[in-house]
Amino acid sequence: MYHSRRDYLIAFLIILPSLCAVLIFVYGFIAWSIRTSLSAWEGIIPDFSFVGLRNYIEIFSSYRFQTDLWNTLFFTILFLGLCVLIGLLLSILLDRKVKCEGVFRNIFLFPMAISFVVTGIVWKWIFSPSVGVNAILRAIGLEHLAWGWFTDPAKYLNFHVALIPIVIAASWQLSGYTMALYLAGLRGIPVEVREAARIDGATEFQTYTRVILPMLKPITLSALIVLGHISLKIFDLVYTMTGRGPAFATDVPGINMFETTFRANRYAEGAAMSIVMFFMVALVIIPYLYTSLRKEKQS
Amino acid sequence: MYVNTGTYRLNRAISRGILYTILLLCAASFLIPIYVLLATGLKSFKDVNIAHMWSLPDKITLSSFVKAFIKLIPNLKNSLLIAIPATLFSAIIGSLNGYVLSKWKFKGANIIFPIILFGMFIPYQSILIPLVQFLSFIKLYGKLAGLILVHIIYGIPITTLIFRNYYTEVPDEILEAGFMDGSGIFQSYLRIMLPISAPGFVVVIIWQFTNIWNEFLFAVTITQKPSLQPITVALQNLAGSQIVEWNVQMAGALIAALPTLLLYILLGKFFIRGLLAGSVKA
Repeated sequence: MYHSRRDYLIAFLIILPSLCAVLIFVYGFIAWSIRTSLSAWEGIIPDFSFVGLRNYIEIFSSYRFQTDLWNTLFFTILFLGLCVLIGLLLSILLDRKVKCEGVFRNIFLFPMAISFVVTGIVWKWIFSPSVGVNAILRAIGLEHLAWGWFTDPAKYLNFHVALIPIVIAASWQLSGYTMALYLAGLRGIPVEVREAARIDGATEFQTYTRVILPMLKPITLSALIVLGHISLKIFDLVYTMTGRGPAFATDVPGINMFETTFRANRYAEGAAMSIVMFFMVALVIIPYLYTSLRKEKQS
Repeated sequence: MYVNTGTYRLNRAISRGILYTILLLCAASFLIPIYVLLATGLKSFKDVNIAHMWSLPDKITLSSFVKAFIKLIPNLKNSLLIAIPATLFSAIIGSLNGYVLSKWKFKGANIIFPIILFGMFIPYQSILIPLVQFLSFIKLYGKLAGLILVHIIYGIPITTLIFRNYYTEVPDEILEAGFMDGSGIFQSYLRIMLPISAPGFVVVIIWQFTNIWNEFLFAVTITQKPSLQPITVALQNLAGSQIVEWNVQMAGALIAALPTLLLYILLGKFFIRGLLAGSVKA
């Protein structure tokens, strides 16, 4: 297609303000946060005297931040596992020419349209020890199954059981996303593939495990990356549902960073935490962006 | 096939029965929070006691909704005042960027796109401290205008992505006809692209409005005065207050969720498109 040189210049000028905004507000600010994390800023008045890695040593040796990292690890594993399993189950069920498929799909997806704050408030009620699930358990005589849920400080090998209710709430909100991805993937598999498998004598179950699931692997990967990076930076849901929890049982880097910075005014340490979060997310996202944009170019 | 058709039919009926049972059970459990919101929100304060937590209200009363609504009106208004302009501006910016990045690939455009795109994945904590300093510096800290600006800027990556993917699908030939007439980059945007952009705008507007309405981290960091807080922050404060008025909390939560929920129910198809666009590939 022929374009004049002037038009290309205009094209560049159209994108320039956005590019500058992103360069300043994303990259510039991250650089500024890094600078802050290397400073002695503690208190309301900024103090940018250079202290090297002191703040990083400080946070990594603090019990709270170590707990945050363990919590993030266990939360992420359980949350991703549940979302993939539920999403797969729902999409396979819905892919079987179900009546009212649209209604079901909407029911599984609507939680994505509401705020984490709303989700947090509702699920806080559901798992409140005195009212929610425990009340049902007591009513049906299963009182011995009632426990403290997110108020329980117990932990096994660094896994805080209080995280379970939050994992459930987060999976409720986001497994519709994996379902939508898988459903789109299943619809993209040609009928011939299933027929070929059947003709070869594969049972229904074998068709799924040997043929269809392997074909869905790229979808699983992008679901894991998108949900994984959400999990690494999660804040709203935990903040409204439990906060840091008993003995930091439900604390995550997002909460710690927020409280350290804006409640305790320890800006330099808060900045250090935010930069740790940034690198965790970048480690997941950059390879993902790189490969998916390269793939796009090839096709 | 030698299968007895009677057994076959029976088997099929059973397997369909199991399928629908599982689906209905899943659907019911996904709706539990909605049940909780409604059952608790429609009770009066004295009906919310431990013995009746899960039961439906004996007498349906809207008093909790009225109470929550009166309390939250200023914050609902704030959220609208933030979400509407921020959504419109970021949609327009996204549309222009998407147009350039799909149809005017000048040298370097392939580097600019990932540079912009990366901005939608970062944890916003990592820009929060400089952002607060910057907003204080330009005297927008604690103001609605500050939040609007923030949402427009951090909305650039996702809106650019959605429009770029949308315009990539538009065949180049449609534009070429315009260039034959000698129209430049702006004329062809206004005359050719814009008129066919409605679906793209709907997707972006729904997506941005929902995200901005539901957003919490920027809101809680940037707004201080209760009268200027958006709905999510006010709702969190309502829930964090000393007396646990579950009925008012639940009513408030439902009120806060209603606008985006309605958008989803009415225009769900476009919402899902925005959702899938978030995973980069077109």
